[in-house]
Amino acid sequence: MSQTLAQKLVARAAGKTSVTPEEIVICKVDLAMVHDSSGPRRLKPRLERLGAKIWDPSKVVVITDHYLPAYDEESREIIRIARDWVREAGVDAFYDAQGICHVVLPERGHLRPGLFAVGGDSHSPTGGAFAAYMFGIGATEMLGVMVTGEIWLKVPHTIAIELEGALRPGVSAKDIMLFLIGRFGLDGGQYQAIEYRGAAVRALSMQERMTLCNMSAELGGQTGLIASDEITRAYLKCEIERWDSDPGAALLAHHRFDANALEPQVAAPHSPANTRPVTDFREQRIDLAYIGACTGAKLEDLRMAASVLKGRKAKARLLVAPASLRDQQAAEREGTLGVLIDAGAELLANSCGMCAGYGAHLLGENTVAISSTARNFKGRMGASSAQVYLASPYTVAASALAGRIADPRELVA
Amino acid sequence: MKAWVFGDNLDTDAIAPGRYMKFGIDEIARHCLEGVDPCFAADVQPGDALVAGRNLGAGSSREQAPEALKHRGVAVLIAESFAGLFYRNAINLGLPAVVCAQAKRIRPGNELAVDLVGGRVRNLTTGESLACEPIPPFLMTLIRDGGLLPHLQKRLAPRASPDPEQGK
Repeated sequence: MSQTLAQKLVARAAGKTSVTPEEIVICKVDLAMVHDSSGPRRLKPRLERLGAKIWDPSKVVVITDHYLPAYDEESREIIRIARDWVREAGVDAFYDAQGICHVVLPERGHLRPGLFAVGGDSHSPTGGAFAAYMFGIGATEMLGVMVTGEIWLKVPHTIAIELEGALRPGVSAKDIMLFLIGRFGLDGGQYQAIEYRGAAVRALSMQERMTLCNMSAELGGQTGLIASDEITRAYLKCEIERWDSDPGAALLAHHRFDANALEPQVAAPHSPANTRPVTDFREQRIDLAYIGACTGAKLEDLRMAASVLKGRKAKARLLVAPASLRDQQAAEREGTLGVLIDAGAELLANSCGMCAGYGAHLLGENTVAISSTARNFKGRMGASSAQVYLASPYTVAASALAGRIADPRELVA
Repeated sequence: MKAWVFGDNLDTDAIAPGRYMKFGIDEIARHCLEGVDPCFAADVQPGDALVAGRNLGAGSSREQAPEALKHRGVAVLIAESFAGLFYRNAINLGLPAVVCAQAKRIRPGNELAVDLVGGRVRNLTTGESLACEPIPPFLMTLIRDGGLLPHLQKRLAPRASPDPEQGK
């Protein structure tokens, strides 16, 4: 019987030849990723209470990204616990201050098509860009995985999002997601698998595909998936398994859109679903432009911003927190970072930074910001009175130049 | 139990604000929902119910969101629908989460009685009886054990201590 990509991935992890949506199965976990906030500081005391050890340290990846740079006693302690715990637990795959977990994980070769993986963070569906079934879980559920190597799953239905045609210059994966979240709402994904397909998806780079799958979280999916192909192989620089849905596999819904018609999108405060085309916001003044986060400051995102900022000066304060150290170094080598700095960007650490609202940098009272991050819930990035607009790196950069929300299509190099 | 009523898409940043996430659950829970209802954390009583519309718990994987509610004494969550990740976290912490299509009929301060297994919310204030989805048996086991951690403790216990049946 025809199976979707999600069904095939789940069936493999459950040791079955096929699975049916809504069936409950127990899956073997190939990879468990945690960060400093959801990981060691929550796991260590609970593992000790159970007197248990982790089932397979070679399948665990720990990445520090939330409380970096540490700025007070509490954040230093959280980071210290992570550093100590990986030694005690025998976890070799530890990336300390190397960037945001969702970007570092594939960058260091931990993801492969066909894997079944969990992450201690809601943006874990990012891994689905590699045709791996990956989703976010909380710390107690992660404890269960760490002890047993297994997790229960209600086999998801698949919602297919098919994008035909090609994105116009100045329009990106972020615009696709803001459009979809605006169209279907924060619960549009119904905690099912969302599969992105079609010519416009096939044409995207891996980092842009990661942005699609990443924001499946805001679309309310359990995961976001993209079939593996030549672009996946080229990114991973090794032979890969090809995973895709069977033709004719049953879908919960199949939505088709013309990528050519998509305009840059902006989500107004205080919800990623509060989306309209950028042209509706032209008079909106901004104080600050932020290019950061797993969804908005990868090398590709920095390049988008640079293509708008090249040879120009920002009017608004512009903060850039590259999503990983490697991406920052690559951006520096190729001159992208120089363009950003020449435009007036202030460089922040390779961490979750303002996006998570956990760190030292927070938005002040009544600040109006435009941000390439994933969420603009009230108070998330700082003061409850702050107003956060979400947009693509192109649009954030164009807005930084104008000091108000601006359409990047007039500026893209 | 008294109902505390909220709207659609009540998010985890509102329930467990990020700036307090570095602290323990006592401190996070003190600020639970402060941006939405500044009285909630101080006034909610042990055994009360949190009632919401669609997509309760949208956003983060931080389990301190349901944990903070439980810590303040919330005994049950009732919503038209839940964000899947938040739902799993609540159950794993032993906090029952009930899907009730008519949750919006419940008003702030209504007195409720909830039958988790039978799938029914009785509104003692209005006399209404609202159908809800029964919690599946295997999740009820987790809730009865007090959450995944005590459940694992039970499961692992025979390994930790010698089995009295062994050798007989």
